[in-house]
Amino acid sequence: MNTRKSINADNTKELELLKCGDLVLLDGFIITGRDAAHKRIFELTKRNMPLPFKIKDQLIYYTGPCPSPPGHVIGSCGPTTSSRMDAYTPELLDLGLKGMIGKGPRSKQVIDSIKKNKAIYFAATGGAGALIASCVKGCSLIAFDDLGPEAVYKLYVEQFPLIVAIDSCGNSIYEIVDSRN
Amino acid sequence: MKEIHTDRIIEAVEQLCIDACLVPSDDAIKALQTAEKNETSILAKEVLTELSKNVSIAKNLRIPSCQDTGMAVIFLEIGQNLRITGGNLYQAINEGVRRGYEKGFFRKSVLSPIDRKNTGDNTPAVIHTEICDGDIVNITLMPKGFGSENMSRLKMLTPAEGLDGIKNFVLETVNMAAGNPCPPIIVGTGIGGTMEKAALLAKKSLLREIGSTNPDTFLAEIESELLTSINKTGIGPQGLGGITTALAVHIETFPTHIAGLPVAVNIQCHAVRHRQATL
Repeated sequence: MNTRKSINADNTKELELLKCGDLVLLDGFIITGRDAAHKRIFELTKRNMPLPFKIKDQLIYYTGPCPSPPGHVIGSCGPTTSSRMDAYTPELLDLGLKGMIGKGPRSKQVIDSIKKNKAIYFAATGGAGALIASCVKGCSLIAFDDLGPEAVYKLYVEQFPLIVAIDSCGNSIYEIVDSRN
Repeated sequence: MKEIHTDRIIEAVEQLCIDACLVPSDDAIKALQTAEKNETSILAKEVLTELSKNVSIAKNLRIPSCQDTGMAVIFLEIGQNLRITGGNLYQAINEGVRRGYEKGFFRKSVLSPIDRKNTGDNTPAVIHTEICDGDIVNITLMPKGFGSENMSRLKMLTPAEGLDGIKNFVLETVNMAAGNPCPPIIVGTGIGGTMEKAALLAKKSLLREIGSTNPDTFLAEIESELLTSINKTGIGPQGLGGITTALAVHIETFPTHIAGLPVAVNIQCHAVRHRQATL
């Protein structure tokens, strides 16, 4: 079994080399965004409007954190179900997004787009919001603050435990599990 | 006649929210620990170990174990010999939810369905009321996360489809949900009644202690058979493979019409967080 390897979020070359099933500990900067933020990004790009943050080479984490209690960097912040973002993901990958962090399987279109763009999809453990919050060392609001829990934040994470669910070659752990049964 | 002031209801609901949203109930924690011991897949074990660690961190840091602190579903049992004073009962419950979610720093996830405007305080709660004997009020809070709620289904089967139809529908629902609803899950199943009654039975069955069996031995056998079938799907914790797809299957039934066989499946993620208070 793999031991966990540390990887930096800005190391795009190394991200491409990860293999489906690898256990990693992620360090570095990532951005957050879920349903409403995706819808807004999609609408802005459709109208050729500039985005309020950089998408290229970023990792986006599908989460809507709890409010941060006094003295905490962030509230509980586990992943939300990724498949709800499937409709928007190929477009974001075409814009240069490097990868996604969420939970659960993705559509065929997303897998194809991951392969085409040499991107990556990580699964975080759904329901492990407190553990993940303890890995977040920095958090700042960068866009869409009117969306409340769905606003876009930039997070600095250390040792964020993840599993490579779909690698840059399009191998999906969920398909492997499916075919085994 | 016994009287209860709405201020007591507000306080009780506020406290239930604060307690429930932080960590899963003891039966859920125990069931996860047992699953961790029994799991054969290394990746599945890793996930279950992480979930145990997560609960400890949530307790230490006093932040919710899961950020989806849900929509507040409240089951009320009100004794018919009791009088509520001081104001409207449902307003009091919503006030309790408002205060609990604010004080607990819990996520406010409730919004208007079409224009998606957040109400800002996690109200309104979904309230189910039953009148019972006596002069007490029982309040049970189930903060329901939507990763699992979204994977729930209801079908009006024909009587000809019978028990096999019911089993197939439950299995189909679990397979369709796959890794989405944060397995290991609890599968709440309501059979009979009318459309909405089946859904409510399914939801109420989730309140049962994990692993408790239906007192009817025939239904208990079906629960056990379905649990075995579900755990043979290989979906596993988080859909990453393994023998722990569900921790329990709970079935509740109610008489239905000669022409129908409603079946509802309400899926609950591993963060089972119900709490109860009696006044």
